[in-house]
Amino acid sequence: MKKSKQFWPFIVVAVLVYAVVQFLISAEIINQFYSNTLILIAINIILAVSLHLVIGITGQFSIGHAGFLAVGAYISAIVTMKLHLPFVVAIIIGGIVAALAGLIVGIPSLRLKGDYLAIATLGFAEIIRIVFLNIDAVGGAAGMQVSHLTTWTYAFVCLVITLVVIVNFTNSRHGLAAISVRENEIASDAMGINTTYYKVIAFAIGSFFAGVAGALFSHNFYIIQPSQFGFLKSFDILIFVVLGGLGSLSGAVLSAILLTVVSTYLQGYPETRMIIYSLVLILVMLYRPKGLMGTMEITDYFKLWRTPKGGGQHGK
Amino acid sequence: MENKPLLEVKNTGIQFGGLKAVQNLNMVLNQGELVGLIGPNGAGKTTSFNLLTGVYVPTEGDIIFNGERVNGLPPFKVTRKGISRTFQNIRLFNDLSVLENVKVAYHSLAKHNILSSVLRLPSHFKGEQEMEEKSIEFLKIFSLDKYKDELAKNLPYGQQRRLEIARALATGPKLLLLDEPAAGMNPQETKDLMDLIAFIRNKFDLTILLIEHDMNLVMGVCERIYVLDHGQLLAEGSPEEIRNHPKVIEAYLGEEVHDVNA
Ligand SMILES: Nc1ncnc2c1ncn2[C@@H]1O[C@H](COP(=O)(O)OP(=O)(O)OP(=O)(O)O)[C@@H](O)[C@H]1O
Ligand SMILES: [Mg+2]
Repeated sequence: MKKSKQFWPFIVVAVLVYAVVQFLISAEIINQFYSNTLILIAINIILAVSLHLVIGITGQFSIGHAGFLAVGAYISAIVTMKLHLPFVVAIIIGGIVAALAGLIVGIPSLRLKGDYLAIATLGFAEIIRIVFLNIDAVGGAAGMQVSHLTTWTYAFVCLVITLVVIVNFTNSRHGLAAISVRENEIASDAMGINTTYYKVIAFAIGSFFAGVAGALFSHNFYIIQPSQFGFLKSFDILIFVVLGGLGSLSGAVLSAILLTVVSTYLQGYPETRMIIYSLVLILVMLYRPKGLMGTMEITDYFKLWRTPKGGGQHGK
Repeated sequence: MENKPLLEVKNTGIQFGGLKAVQNLNMVLNQGELVGLIGPNGAGKTTSFNLLTGVYVPTEGDIIFNGERVNGLPPFKVTRKGISRTFQNIRLFNDLSVLENVKVAYHSLAKHNILSSVLRLPSHFKGEQEMEEKSIEFLKIFSLDKYKDELAKNLPYGQQRRLEIARALATGPKLLLLDEPAAGMNPQETKDLMDLIAFIRNKFDLTILLIEHDMNLVMGVCERIYVLDHGQLLAEGSPEEIRNHPKVIEAYLGEEVHDVNA
């Protein structure tokens, strides 16, 4: 399980991907539409992976991730537009405030056994949306003007940081503790794991990166409106995680890419989009009931391929 | 040292609605003892374990461990104080590897914090390596190291029970509570297990409280025995005393009659 050995190849691949795309953008080989889609993919991967930590790793069902996205989006917009601070500062503050919101929602509901988190996050996301809807300073229903500051560089750096933090957390005693909560909370508790602590930590980290995604999101569209952060948005993020396979980070990444591409191309036809979306989901659930990747990671396939005997080892 | 018991259970009990599952439980365990807890089905044995480990908060009485009151502490804190357990219905982390099951248990003895893991500082690698090595040591004691990469759920039943004990041991307990560790094992497996229990007791300086249905087995290994029936302590004493105790004989005969009726 020397996952650390995958670190440098990951960084090399990341730098290459970044350089190639950045070259294509600056040489104007790909147009605004494509570069925008790439940014959107990065944002959605951040959302998917941050929710994966909460649902896939820690096993806590959160269905209001768009609430934290909204917090990051609005707070960061206030930081750049009203306080005139740099975008980097806005991203960090957006993440921190979303994480604080995560603590406020998470601590009371995660102390209880049972799926209180689902109800709490759902309620929270709605409350946040309604709060922003009713604050005139951020434009109410009409929305808030936000400068276009998100670039491929910002999006990609945030994505890499998100992946490094969440992968490194997962592949450590802390991640293992979180996974043990998912596997069997009673046994985990009996083994001396502070289950509430790990549930709250995972949730706070997940909320932080949802906030970061929110900052990238709001500075990518010239305008943000509360209606962008409704239940359907939470549902979209949830689908990334479920479709990818609960517990599989690569699955979450893959399905975020796949679904972002699909929905971007179907943007003009919202009805068709919903139908195709549903069809994709039904097909996956029929043929891959455990999601695209099950609990496997991409790296596991390489291992299987290298050692033909395979073995029953599953990804963590 | 001798005069201070490791565990003192004082008039403890718990009530579920109207049912007094356990009442007026009094127990004293001295350092290094291997004590049995027996009784018919539904007598309250597992409930007693749940009281000792913080799963249930007693509605009466106190539990003093190592001179400290532990009733009211959540289970993970009780474990960190040094009471560890296995479960009657095996509760392994089924989809984790055998090695990872033990690593989870070693978790609270490792020190590297989240930041060091996220930033992959040297303390992370040192800590993780120590976890891995220590966990493999525990697996070796139970001859489970050859299965280390196997998923826990794929182990044969008897090995799963052994893994649960290995895992309980990896938390570094002073007191080990075993809830029917030999259930479902064949006579040879049972005998091996009893030898193993004797071995780890010496090696790790443990005190052990053992729930077992099989009277003969308990009589064979335990130095002292508590008998529970209908949530109350029926008798306490050496195996010899228990064997000849009229109330115990009655309780067990009663159970047999009950079984015939059922
Ligand atoms: N959480 C609970 N709520 C209500 N009743 C309970 C609860 N836990 C245990 N009981 C009841 O307490 C009594 C004692 O149960 P316990 O599991 O401790 O028995 P036991 O001695 O371990 O029996 P066995 O040998 O069958 O394992 C039973 O009547 C059981 O139904
Ligand atoms: Mg029992």
